[in-house]
Amino acid sequence: MEDPDLLRRLLRAKDRMDAASHERWPVERLAQVSGVSPAHFARSFKQAFGVPPHRYLLTRRIERATALLRDTDLPITEVAFETGWESLGTFGRTFRDVTGENPSELRERVRAAADELGRVPACHVAAAHRPDLTIAVSEKRRLQAGGTNAPPTKEVP
Amino acid sequence: MTQGVQVVGLYVRDQDEALAFYVDKLGFRVHTDVRNGDYRWLTVQHPEQPSFQLGLFLPGPPVLDAATAQSVRAIVAKGAMPPLVLLVDDCRAAFARLHERGVEFTQEPVERFGSVDAGFRDPSGNGWKMIEARR
Repeated sequence: MEDPDLLRRLLRAKDRMDAASHERWPVERLAQVSGVSPAHFARSFKQAFGVPPHRYLLTRRIERATALLRDTDLPITEVAFETGWESLGTFGRTFRDVTGENPSELRERVRAAADELGRVPACHVAAAHRPDLTIAVSEKRRLQAGGTNAPPTKEVP
Repeated sequence: MTQGVQVVGLYVRDQDEALAFYVDKLGFRVHTDVRNGDYRWLTVQHPEQPSFQLGLFLPGPPVLDAATAQSVRAIVAKGAMPPLVLLVDDCRAAFARLHERGVEFTQEPVERFGSVDAGFRDPSGNGWKMIEARR
Protein backbone atom coordinates (compact mmCIF):
# COMPACT_ATOMS: atom_id res chain seq x y z
CA MET A 1 0.00 0.00 0.00
CA GLU A 2 1.39 3.37 -1.04
CA ASP A 3 1.84 6.23 1.37
CA PRO A 4 -1.32 8.42 1.43
CA ASP A 5 0.76 11.58 1.09
CA LEU A 6 2.30 10.26 -2.11
CA LEU A 7 -1.13 9.20 -3.37
CA ARG A 8 -2.43 12.71 -2.73
CA ARG A 9 0.41 14.11 -4.85
CA LEU A 10 -0.21 11.53 -7.59
CA LEU A 11 -3.85 12.63 -7.56
CA ARG A 12 -2.65 16.16 -8.25
CA ALA A 13 -0.99 14.95 -11.47
CA LYS A 14 -4.17 13.07 -12.41
CA ASP A 15 -6.20 16.23 -11.75
CA ARG A 16 -3.87 18.21 -13.99
CA MET A 17 -4.42 15.75 -16.84
CA ASP A 18 -8.16 15.98 -16.21
CA ALA A 19 -8.04 19.77 -16.36
CA ALA A 20 -6.00 19.94 -19.57
CA SER A 21 -6.13 16.59 -21.34
CA HIS A 22 -5.47 18.28 -24.69
CA GLU A 23 -1.98 19.24 -23.54
CA ARG A 24 1.09 17.07 -23.82
CA TRP A 25 1.80 15.23 -20.59
CA PRO A 26 5.16 13.50 -20.77
CA VAL A 27 6.04 11.52 -17.66
CA GLU A 28 8.68 14.10 -16.71
CA ARG A 29 6.04 16.84 -16.50
CA LEU A 30 3.65 14.68 -14.46
CA ALA A 31 6.44 13.56 -12.14
CA GLN A 32 7.28 17.17 -11.47
CA VAL A 33 3.67 17.89 -10.45
CA SER A 34 3.84 14.99 -7.99
CA GLY A 35 7.33 15.78 -6.77
CA VAL A 36 8.83 12.37 -7.57
CA SER A 37 11.27 10.93 -10.12
CA PRO A 38 9.84 9.96 -13.53
CA ALA A 39 10.51 6.24 -12.98
CA HIS A 40 8.90 6.33 -9.55
CA PHE A 41 5.97 8.30 -10.94
CA ALA A 42 5.09 5.89 -13.74
CA ARG A 43 5.22 2.90 -11.42
CA SER A 44 3.34 4.54 -8.57
CA PHE A 45 0.64 6.02 -10.80
CA LYS A 46 -0.18 2.66 -12.34
CA GLN A 47 -0.23 1.06 -8.91
CA ALA A 48 -2.50 3.79 -7.53
CA PHE A 49 -4.94 4.21 -10.40
CA GLY A 50 -4.74 0.89 -12.23
CA VAL A 51 -3.59 2.22 -15.60
CA PRO A 52 -0.37 3.77 -16.87
CA PRO A 53 -0.54 7.59 -17.00
CA HIS A 54 -0.50 7.83 -20.83
CA ARG A 55 -3.43 5.43 -21.08
CA TYR A 56 -5.35 7.39 -18.47
CA LEU A 57 -4.77 10.50 -20.57
CA LEU A 58 -6.05 8.69 -23.64
CA THR A 59 -9.31 7.74 -21.91
CA ARG A 60 -9.80 11.37 -20.86
CA ARG A 61 -9.22 12.60 -24.41
CA ILE A 62 -11.73 10.11 -25.79
CA GLU A 63 -14.19 11.09 -23.06
CA ARG A 64 -13.80 14.77 -23.86
CA ALA A 65 -14.07 14.13 -27.59
CA THR A 66 -17.28 12.20 -26.93
CA ALA A 67 -18.66 15.16 -24.96
CA LEU A 68 -17.73 17.62 -27.71
CA LEU A 69 -19.32 15.38 -30.34
CA ARG A 70 -22.46 15.19 -28.23
CA ASP A 71 -22.75 18.76 -27.00
CA THR A 72 -21.32 20.92 -29.79
CA ASP A 73 -21.54 21.25 -33.53
CA LEU A 74 -17.77 21.42 -33.92
CA PRO A 75 -16.53 19.67 -37.05
CA ILE A 76 -14.75 16.39 -36.30
CA THR A 77 -11.42 17.91 -37.37
CA GLU A 78 -11.89 20.57 -34.69
CA VAL A 79 -12.86 17.97 -32.07
CA ALA A 80 -9.63 16.09 -32.84
CA PHE A 81 -7.57 19.25 -32.57
CA GLU A 82 -9.31 20.44 -29.39
CA THR A 83 -8.75 17.15 -27.61
CA GLY A 84 -5.03 16.95 -28.29
CA TRP A 85 -4.58 14.85 -31.42
CA GLU A 86 -2.17 16.06 -34.02
CA SER A 87 -3.77 14.16 -36.91
CA LEU A 88 -7.37 13.48 -37.82
CA GLY A 89 -6.46 10.00 -39.01
CA THR A 90 -4.95 9.00 -35.66
CA PHE A 91 -7.92 10.45 -33.82
CA GLY A 92 -10.50 8.61 -35.93
CA ARG A 93 -8.66 5.31 -35.77
CA THR A 94 -7.98 5.49 -32.03
CA PHE A 95 -11.53 6.63 -31.31
CA ARG A 96 -12.93 3.69 -33.22
CA ASP A 97 -10.55 1.24 -31.59
CA VAL A 98 -11.53 2.42 -28.11
CA THR A 99 -15.27 3.00 -28.48
CA GLY A 100 -16.16 0.69 -31.39
CA GLU A 101 -17.71 3.56 -33.35
CA ASN A 102 -16.55 6.30 -35.67
CA PRO A 103 -16.80 9.81 -34.21
CA SER A 104 -19.67 10.68 -36.59
CA GLU A 105 -21.60 7.52 -35.71
CA LEU A 106 -21.22 8.20 -32.02
CA ARG A 107 -22.35 11.81 -32.46
CA GLU A 108 -25.63 10.71 -34.04
CA ARG A 109 -26.34 8.01 -31.47
CA VAL A 110 -25.60 9.89 -28.23
CA ARG A 111 -27.53 12.96 -29.29
CA ALA A 112 -30.68 10.90 -29.56
CA ALA A 113 -30.33 9.76 -25.93
CA ALA A 114 -28.86 12.95 -24.39
CA ASP A 115 -32.06 14.49 -23.04
CA GLU A 116 -32.52 11.93 -20.29
CA LEU A 117 -29.31 12.98 -18.49
CA GLY A 118 -30.16 16.63 -17.91
CA ARG A 119 -30.38 16.37 -14.12
CA VAL A 120 -26.99 14.78 -13.44
CA PRO A 121 -23.97 17.12 -13.15
CA ALA A 122 -22.15 17.12 -16.48
CA CYS A 123 -18.84 15.84 -15.15
CA HIS A 124 -20.50 12.77 -13.68
CA VAL A 125 -22.30 12.08 -16.92
CA ALA A 126 -18.94 12.30 -18.65
CA ALA A 127 -17.25 10.08 -16.07
CA ALA A 128 -19.96 7.46 -16.45
CA HIS A 129 -19.19 7.38 -20.17
CA ARG A 130 -15.43 7.24 -19.71
CA PRO A 131 -14.02 4.40 -21.77
CA ASP A 132 -12.93 1.49 -19.60
CA LEU A 133 -9.55 0.95 -21.17
CA THR A 134 -8.13 -1.97 -19.28
CA ILE A 135 -5.76 -3.00 -22.04
CA ALA A 136 -3.53 -1.07 -24.40
CA VAL A 137 -5.19 0.15 -27.57
CA SER A 138 -2.66 -1.76 -29.65
CA GLU A 139 -3.61 -4.93 -27.78
CA LYS A 140 -7.31 -4.23 -28.31
CA ARG A 141 -6.71 -3.80 -32.04
CA ARG A 142 -4.81 -7.06 -32.15
CA LEU A 143 -7.54 -8.97 -30.31
CA GLN A 144 -10.27 -7.56 -32.52
CA ALA A 145 -8.35 -8.45 -35.65
CA GLY A 146 -8.11 -12.00 -34.32
CA GLY A 147 -4.42 -11.52 -34.83
CA THR A 148 -1.71 -13.91 -33.93
CA ASN A 149 1.08 -11.39 -33.96
CA ALA A 150 3.45 -11.32 -31.06
CA PRO A 151 2.37 -8.69 -28.52
CA PRO A 152 4.05 -5.37 -29.18
CA THR A 153 6.96 -4.68 -26.92
CA LYS A 154 5.98 -1.04 -26.62
CA GLU A 155 2.49 0.30 -26.08
CA VAL A 156 1.11 2.56 -28.77
CA PRO A 157 -1.22 5.07 -27.19
CA MET B 1 -38.26 20.65 9.57
CA THR B 2 -37.90 18.00 12.29
CA GLN B 3 -36.97 14.98 10.18
CA GLY B 4 -34.26 14.54 7.60
CA VAL B 5 -30.53 14.04 7.06
CA GLN B 6 -28.64 15.81 9.83
CA VAL B 7 -24.99 14.80 9.41
CA VAL B 8 -23.00 13.43 6.49
CA GLY B 9 -19.35 12.72 7.21
CA LEU B 10 -16.17 13.03 5.20
CA TYR B 11 -12.97 11.23 6.01
CA VAL B 12 -10.04 13.61 6.31
CA ARG B 13 -6.34 12.98 6.88
CA ASP B 14 -5.98 15.63 9.61
CA GLN B 15 -8.86 17.26 11.48
CA ASP B 16 -7.04 20.50 12.29
CA GLU B 17 -6.08 20.92 8.65
CA ALA B 18 -9.65 20.12 7.54
CA LEU B 19 -11.12 22.54 10.07
CA ALA B 20 -8.85 25.33 8.83
CA PHE B 21 -9.83 24.55 5.24
CA TYR B 22 -13.60 24.35 5.68
CA VAL B 23 -13.83 27.28 8.11
CA ASP B 24 -11.07 29.71 7.10
CA LYS B 25 -11.11 29.06 3.36
CA LEU B 26 -14.65 27.92 2.51
CA GLY B 27 -16.42 29.99 5.16
CA PHE B 28 -18.19 27.18 7.01
CA ARG B 29 -18.78 27.42 10.78
CA VAL B 30 -17.93 24.93 13.48
CA HIS B 31 -21.06 23.20 14.76
CA THR B 32 -19.63 20.63 17.16
CA ASP B 33 -16.07 19.95 18.23
CA VAL B 34 -15.86 17.52 21.13
CA ARG B 35 -13.21 15.04 22.16
CA ASN B 36 -13.26 11.81 24.07
CA GLY B 37 -9.69 10.62 24.53
CA ASP B 38 -8.19 10.38 21.03
CA TYR B 39 -11.61 10.50 19.39
CA ARG B 40 -12.84 13.83 18.09
CA TRP B 41 -16.38 14.44 16.82
CA LEU B 42 -16.04 17.44 14.54
CA THR B 43 -18.80 18.86 12.37
CA VAL B 44 -19.10 22.07 10.40
CA GLN B 45 -22.02 23.85 8.85
CA HIS B 46 -22.67 26.02 5.84
CA PRO B 47 -23.77 29.44 7.18
CA GLU B 48 -26.96 29.31 5.11
CA GLN B 49 -27.84 25.72 5.95
CA PRO B 50 -28.49 25.39 9.70
CA SER B 51 -30.21 22.00 9.54
CA PHE B 52 -27.26 20.17 7.99
CA GLN B 53 -23.82 19.30 9.36
CA LEU B 54 -20.78 18.11 7.46
CA GLY B 55 -18.69 15.78 9.62
CA LEU B 56 -14.91 15.88 9.34
CA PHE B 57 -13.79 12.54 10.68
CA LEU B 58 -10.41 10.90 11.03
CA PRO B 59 -10.34 7.24 9.95
CA GLY B 60 -8.85 5.33 12.85
CA PRO B 61 -9.42 3.64 16.18
CA PRO B 62 -11.72 3.07 17.95
CA VAL B 63 -14.06 3.05 14.93
CA LEU B 64 -11.65 1.50 12.42
CA ASP B 65 -8.72 -0.84 12.92
CA ALA B 66 -5.31 0.37 11.78
CA ALA B 67 -5.25 -1.56 8.49
CA THR B 68 -8.73 -0.44 7.50
CA ALA B 69 -7.89 3.14 8.45
CA GLN B 70 -4.82 2.97 6.20
CA SER B 71 -6.97 1.75 3.31
CA VAL B 72 -9.49 4.53 3.86
CA ARG B 73 -6.75 7.16 3.97
CA ALA B 74 -5.41 5.81 0.65
CA ILE B 75 -8.88 5.87 -0.94
CA VAL B 76 -9.43 9.47 0.14
CA ALA B 77 -5.97 10.51 -1.08
CA LYS B 78 -6.67 8.94 -4.47
CA GLY B 79 -9.80 11.06 -4.82
CA ALA B 80 -12.00 7.98 -4.90
CA MET B 81 -14.63 9.14 -2.43
CA PRO B 82 -18.06 10.04 -3.84
CA PRO B 83 -18.74 13.45 -5.35
CA LEU B 84 -19.72 16.47 -3.26
CA VAL B 85 -21.59 19.47 -4.64
CA LEU B 86 -21.51 23.00 -3.27
CA LEU B 87 -24.19 25.32 -4.59
CA VAL B 88 -23.21 28.98 -4.99
CA ASP B 89 -24.91 32.14 -6.29
CA ASP B 90 -21.99 33.19 -8.46
CA CYS B 91 -19.46 30.52 -9.43
CA ARG B 92 -16.89 32.86 -10.97
CA ALA B 93 -16.91 35.20 -7.96
CA ALA B 94 -16.64 32.25 -5.57
CA PHE B 95 -13.79 30.83 -7.65
CA ALA B 96 -11.91 34.15 -7.51
CA ARG B 97 -12.40 34.42 -3.75
CA LEU B 98 -11.44 30.83 -2.94
CA HIS B 99 -8.54 30.74 -5.40
CA GLU B 100 -7.17 33.85 -3.70
CA ARG B 101 -7.35 32.00 -0.39
CA GLY B 102 -5.30 29.14 -1.78
CA VAL B 103 -7.99 26.55 -2.47
CA GLU B 104 -6.67 23.87 -4.85
CA PHE B 105 -8.92 24.05 -7.89
CA THR B 106 -9.05 21.11 -10.26
CA GLN B 107 -11.23 22.90 -12.79
CA GLU B 108 -11.73 26.57 -13.50
CA PRO B 109 -15.29 27.84 -13.97
CA VAL B 110 -16.88 26.52 -17.15
CA GLU B 111 -20.25 27.56 -18.51
CA ARG B 112 -22.35 24.62 -19.66
CA PHE B 113 -25.90 23.35 -19.57
CA GLY B 114 -27.21 26.76 -18.55
CA SER B 115 -25.00 27.04 -15.45
CA VAL B 116 -21.39 27.55 -14.44
CA ASP B 117 -19.36 24.98 -12.54
CA ALA B 118 -15.85 24.63 -11.14
CA GLY B 119 -14.05 21.91 -9.20
CA PHE B 120 -11.78 21.88 -6.16
CA ARG B 121 -10.35 19.47 -3.61
CA ASP B 122 -9.93 19.70 0.11
CA PRO B 123 -6.42 19.04 1.46
CA SER B 124 -7.24 15.36 2.03
CA GLY B 125 -8.36 14.77 -1.57
CA ASN B 126 -12.15 14.97 -1.26
CA GLY B 127 -13.45 16.42 -4.51
CA TRP B 128 -16.08 19.14 -4.73
CA LYS B 129 -18.05 20.46 -7.67
CA MET B 130 -19.04 24.07 -7.19
CA ILE B 131 -22.16 24.76 -9.21
CA GLU B 132 -23.93 28.04 -9.76
CA ALA B 133 -27.60 27.91 -8.82
CA ARG B 134 -29.86 28.31 -11.84
CA ARG B 135 -31.83 31.51 -11.62
